[in-house]
Amino acid sequence: MPPETLLELRRLFKDFATQRAVADVSLEIPRGAFFSLLGPSGCGKTTILRMVAGFETPTSGEVWLNGQRIDPLPPYQRNVNTVFQSYALFPHLTVQGNVAFGLRHKKGSDDIKKGSDDINRVLDVLKQVRLEAKASRKPSELSGGERQRVALARAIVLQPDVLLLDEPFSALDPLLRKQVRIELRDLQRRVGVTFLFVTHDQEEALSMSDRIAVMNAGALEQVGTPREIYARPRTRFVADFLGAMNWIDGIGVRPEAVNITQQGRKAVVTGVTYLGSFCHIAMKLIEGGEAIAAQAPPGSTLETGQTVCVTWNREDEVHV
Amino acid sequence: MKLRNLFLTPAAALMVVTLVAPLAIVCVYSVLTRGAYGGVELPWTIENFTRLWDPVYGVIFLRSFWIAAVATAFCLVLGFPLAMFIARSGSRKNLYLSLVILPFWTSFLIRTYAWMFLLRDTGIINSALQALGIIREPLPLLYNDGAVILGLVYGFLPFMVLPLYATLERLDPSLLEAAADLGARPRDTLVRVTLPLCAPGIRAGAILVFVPCLGTYLTSDLLGGSKTVLIGNVVQNQFTAARDWPFGAALSLALMAIAMLLLFAVRKRGEELL
Repeated sequence: MPPETLLELRRLFKDFATQRAVADVSLEIPRGAFFSLLGPSGCGKTTILRMVAGFETPTSGEVWLNGQRIDPLPPYQRNVNTVFQSYALFPHLTVQGNVAFGLRHKKGSDDIKKGSDDINRVLDVLKQVRLEAKASRKPSELSGGERQRVALARAIVLQPDVLLLDEPFSALDPLLRKQVRIELRDLQRRVGVTFLFVTHDQEEALSMSDRIAVMNAGALEQVGTPREIYARPRTRFVADFLGAMNWIDGIGVRPEAVNITQQGRKAVVTGVTYLGSFCHIAMKLIEGGEAIAAQAPPGSTLETGQTVCVTWNREDEVHV
Repeated sequence: MKLRNLFLTPAAALMVVTLVAPLAIVCVYSVLTRGAYGGVELPWTIENFTRLWDPVYGVIFLRSFWIAAVATAFCLVLGFPLAMFIARSGSRKNLYLSLVILPFWTSFLIRTYAWMFLLRDTGIINSALQALGIIREPLPLLYNDGAVILGLVYGFLPFMVLPLYATLERLDPSLLEAAADLGARPRDTLVRVTLPLCAPGIRAGAILVFVPCLGTYLTSDLLGGSKTVLIGNVVQNQFTAARDWPFGAALSLALMAIAMLLLFAVRKRGEELL
């Protein structure tokens, strides 16, 4: 039995004054999934997220959540929450005040009493994101990573059907990003909330997602598991966007699948770049003249100008 | 002398001549005796200050505060939606802002006289209403507290709108989206996000309106007539008809002291709120 669909986009279009941002996007997002929208900036992925959140109205098409059509509803009536790219934390409230904002609202009351369910939920969520010690700080007193966690806590405390994340790591430094990826993935598994994650970073999408939808110029290119879209891209755009790809006679081969051996097609080394864990070898096929790249061990003694042979396995070929 | 100080000197000199020096004169006059035909004479006395305790002045002080407070409240209630509208008008912002300050192109005195022409018994409003048969007798629109408050609100509204606009314009729209995303209806977003974040603008606007309203004498004189006497009118009267300069000086010092105490209190509270 396939997993139950929680969020469904039906033939969504969004036109802005000068351009079409989203063109005929239909998607089914299963309950409990970590689903990523991946694409270059301006491809319409954030616009889709904003239509699900309710900040943009589709030009045409429908958004269904839990069997209910939600696209006509205002944001405050949709059981989805957003982690904004800039976090959008309320600067006049403490960490605890930010996290309690939605709870306080839904209760229709403006004060939370100590010991009540609400404050316990707030403290519990703050513990989950390791911020219980900073509950009374203001956002301006936090680091970038801590702010990101407050934004996350503020949204998950409301137990939304779907959590929308708009490039939540783009403001973090690269070292922190990798660590936060694992944390977020673990958190998603723990709380079981469906995540719709928008990113332009293919490594981020590959490492965290159950399923990825690759977008280009407002339209869907391919939807599948990380392995499917990396190893079996259906379009040239997807193949190139997910990682480096050699194109030989219309067939794609990833550099890591290219072997430098004694027999095969002859190529001249045009550049060797040492990258720590491996060497990137740029070559040019003697017959045909196409550029081809490969990965060699870090101790490789290959030099520019050297003639080598390259081969690859049939099953590593990508046909688009 | 540093170049920076050189350029600061003219402004500093102007401040000394137009602010510090007159203030010093007022202080000195307030402890002297009135001259027979105006002016001041020796001996030194504190009698001008003991006279302030006369309940007559207390009532006028309270009235002045009340009128200034009501005018400030109206400016806030009218100015906030206007400032919000302008802040969200995109490319038309500058046009609307220049419309807000357009009245400054005409003297305040002339604009206040214009209100008299509108409001008096034979003015445009009453004539029109009578001509239309809506009223028989002219409405008492002029020479009352309402007319004074109207004149003050009209005159000082831009001073409320401009600082409010400045804070609203800087307000990050994603904060409003975040509030809606967390379940807040537009009204809740206004109360829980927009207003608290605009507190500095509200405070600045309130001070810019309240302080000049407190000391006003022109508007109350022209639109309030003899019925609406504010503390500004009493001070003016001491320096003109009553020829009691020392008492006028004491009154204005008292007004200044109270206004400064209030400002200080507002500032304190404001810092706590933020």
